[in-house]
Amino acid sequence: MPAFLIKSVVFLLCLSPAVWLAWQAFNDQLGANPVEVLTHQSGLWTLRFLLLTLAITPLRTLSGWRYPGRLRRMFGLYTFFYALLHFLIYLALDRALFFDDIWQDIAERPYIMIGFTTFLMLLPLAITSNNRSMKRLGKRWKQLHRLVYLCGLGGVLHYLWLVKADLLNPAIYLTIFLLLMLLRIKPITTWLTFRRPSLFSH
Amino acid sequence: MLIKKPHDIKPSEITDESHYLNRRALLQSAGLMAGGLLLPSLFNPQTAEASVALDSYPNLKASAFSTDEKITTYDNATSYCNFYEFGTGKSDPSQYASKVKPKGWEVTVAGACDKPGQYTLEDILKPHALEERIYRLRCVEAWSMVVPWVGFPLVDLLKRFQPHSRAKYVRFETLYDPNLMPGQKRNVLDWPYVEGLRIDEATHPLALVVIGMYGKQLPMQNGAPLRLVLPWKYGFKSIKSIVKIEFVEKPPRTSWNLSAPREYGFYANVNPAVSHPRWSQSRERRLGSWGKQKTLPFNGYAEQVAHLYKGMDLKKQF
Ligand code: HEM
Repeated sequence: MPAFLIKSVVFLLCLSPAVWLAWQAFNDQLGANPVEVLTHQSGLWTLRFLLLTLAITPLRTLSGWRYPGRLRRMFGLYTFFYALLHFLIYLALDRALFFDDIWQDIAERPYIMIGFTTFLMLLPLAITSNNRSMKRLGKRWKQLHRLVYLCGLGGVLHYLWLVKADLLNPAIYLTIFLLLMLLRIKPITTWLTFRRPSLFSH
Repeated sequence: MLIKKPHDIKPSEITDESHYLNRRALLQSAGLMAGGLLLPSLFNPQTAEASVALDSYPNLKASAFSTDEKITTYDNATSYCNFYEFGTGKSDPSQYASKVKPKGWEVTVAGACDKPGQYTLEDILKPHALEERIYRLRCVEAWSMVVPWVGFPLVDLLKRFQPHSRAKYVRFETLYDPNLMPGQKRNVLDWPYVEGLRIDEATHPLALVVIGMYGKQLPMQNGAPLRLVLPWKYGFKSIKSIVKIEFVEKPPRTSWNLSAPREYGFYANVNPAVSHPRWSQSRERRLGSWGKQKTLPFNGYAEQVAHLYKGMDLKKQF
């Protein structure tokens, strides 16, 4: 398959959760509390794309497969796309643009503060995701984009903090995040690739 | 102003009637009624001639406490539930509870009263005339609904057990049976679910024992066969599927309060001025709606209940 075609298909796949949510919303398919579903689903997709973005490097080190690296920028930008969607849904629907509530939220509620900070960290990453910025920033581009690890941590903490009593789901995301972090540590990856070279080497 | 005369309630306001009628017609044509499938296996078959064993309640007394606000649809009120005994997702209860038909329900009455003992559901319900009350219910999660409940005043039930003057509080307990209630297999809360009221709250005329909604038997996911509805308090106080009532001297340790004391107080009176630590309580969203509306003190029942809390600092005793 030509690269262009692959990219287009992946692009549409990444967009499909948003399209599906919008379709359900317009057709009254989101149940008794549609706003809650939209808030939660957009938040979940943000976190999923963030973790997917973070999975590219470990995948490459473990499998030697280089192709997904070319999709990483798209996944990163989709993370931001869903974060923006999540934030707008929160502002316009969840808090219905009642700014007294919103200020209070951001100032007093740790989970909102963390979510908001994470969003603010995603912003420069999205802005500098183009080739020109990469060239212009040079070494500092890499340093800046290390923020993505903090974003991952922020997203997971935000989730852990907002559930009422049932920590199971956020704990699953936390585990995946920690795993992806561990799989960046040299001794661990060397040990893994050394033990099963036949499986992973290309 | 809040208290409406019974004749203010038009039957058309009771529910979206067409939906209700269609459902009945559908069920009848399917022969389910005749087959007795729907006829509550929940209740003891021997009591079938008692009015409580019908799956619908046609001649209900209207109540002066009813609101004339727009009623939440039956579908929304029965598919979007917090009932952690069946799982923590909003649709878990309707998914898992509909398969459950507990038989031979009994309620244990204990503590400081003259008539403790085991009561069958029929014993509990028999002497009481049923009425319909259309109440607002405000969840602590900032959503709300308007539901026509079927039941009778809690005070009438409690009186029958002749509580002693030592009985300062009433403690209620939900069924604990992880086989029927799969959510109880995980320790998200300290099972069984416990709720409690001060005796003057429990005997307030607004406090309702509920066995039905929308003119029909209560669905399991909404707390069948027997629950409380306390419209001036956050929803989690309105305990579902009750198996035990106990008269006690000290405030009972209630489930959500135990789980997170900073977030869920013993009183849990609806109060827009006191935020949950993680969200504001100043506004709420009616189920089925996209917008938000202001939350009222005591959920709009201040006129009736505010005097119960005179002299208390509601910011501290939330
Ligand atoms: C812009 C700042 C943000 C705000 C104001 C915000 C706000 C919210 C709110 C209000 C909820 C629902 C909480 C509830 O219903 O109790 C939520 C859920 C969630 N948010 Fe955010 N959020 C923000 C940023 C983020 C970011 C950057 C991520 C991911 C990296 C994220 C991931 C999630 C997740 C996973 C959920 C939970 C979904 C679920 O419970 O199913 N949020 N957020």
